Amino acid sequence: MVIEFIRYLGSRTRSSFTKLGRGTFFLLQTLSGSLSVLPRPRLLLNQMYSVGVLSFLIITISGLFVGMVLGLQGYYILSDFGAEETLGVMVAASLVRELGPVVSALLFAGRAGSALTAEIGLMKATEQLSGMEMMAVDPIRRIISPRFLAGFLSMPLLAALFSTIGILGGQMVGSGLLGVDDGAYWSQMQANLDFQDDIVNGVIKSVVFGFVTSWIALFEGYDSIPTSEGVSRATTRTVVNSAFSILGLDFILTALMFGDD
Amino acid sequence: MQTTHTQDTLVGLFVASGIAGLFFLALQVSNLSSFTERDSYTVIARFDNSGGLKVKSPVSAAGVKIGQVSAISFDPVSFKSVVHLSIDAKYDKLPDDTTASIFTAGLLGEQYVSLEPGGSEDYLHNNSEIDITQPAIILEKAIGQFLFKSAEEKK
Repeated sequence: MVIEFIRYLGSRTRSSFTKLGRGTFFLLQTLSGSLSVLPRPRLLLNQMYSVGVLSFLIITISGLFVGMVLGLQGYYILSDFGAEETLGVMVAASLVRELGPVVSALLFAGRAGSALTAEIGLMKATEQLSGMEMMAVDPIRRIISPRFLAGFLSMPLLAALFSTIGILGGQMVGSGLLGVDDGAYWSQMQANLDFQDDIVNGVIKSVVFGFVTSWIALFEGYDSIPTSEGVSRATTRTVVNSAFSILGLDFILTALMFGDD
Repeated sequence: MQTTHTQDTLVGLFVASGIAGLFFLALQVSNLSSFTERDSYTVIARFDNSGGLKVKSPVSAAGVKIGQVSAISFDPVSFKSVVHLSIDAKYDKLPDDTTASIFTAGLLGEQYVSLEPGGSEDYLHNNSEIDITQPAIILEKAIGQFLFKSAEEKK
């Protein structure tokens, strides 16, 4: 019994490493194929639409609610210390440094990532990818690279939108509803948030998350078992693996960026 | 399936709003607009104790921020804290007998350097030193002094 289990663990570990190797190879192919997307902006624009524009709504509404909740909870906690005026700093720092990149990446993985996986998986199952290869069209360059670039470019924009709308939502709740001084909200925020340390780091995080999420989504689709069950499992794996990667990378990046000065 | 024209417009709007969001964060949310790489000159002040002063702590005169702390180091010869103050170049007429003190902004606030101008006719320039400084108030010492004084008074 125990031997079986160890054998199972061994084969699972080996297949994970093999998958990682295939994924890395896939990534290199995608990156080199990205150069051929430039003379065909139509492909990129189509993908930016389906990946970016269609995620716009969920990102902005979630951002609004997250900002409003931060404003509300922040007010209750800070008023215990008589520090309501620092609500702006609290909301803005939480959003720009952490919640903006991480939550929008998770939402992106759930909405756009799973859609990408399902689309690529279905193309594989209906043999469209093989058909393209037979016509001497490289499916990586035609299908995968535009989607990868679209995800990679959309992610920082979406994270910035999330943070912006969140800060405005926090202000709506703080100044409008709870009576925090409007001027104090903004001036404390401006005094305490450093452009390089906070905002640039947040953007770097969202770029990294966009890279990793797009890679995982596209690879899971490309590598999926070409049956309907295989595609659905690949979609689930995209969301789960993206979530793990985003949160793990967030910890590593935070430790690197916001460590001791 | 959307027509290509509508799609293009929407993608354009999306990218424009994303970039607008980034600009908003850069200008309205952070300190980018208030104190970036403006021309500045460095003045050195030595304190017996620089307390909780940090790099980028503000330097104020008459309550107005005119610069920030650019470096803090320990002098192993005089055993004092050497603080480099980066002052905005447009405030170039600070007399060279200006005193520097470390105060705390509010109760829980951060510490900052306050400059009180003297009356000399020579001005501070790059790399000049401030001679008279007042160290930061260390809470433990202040409490110790208070307890000592009240014990004395009881006698």
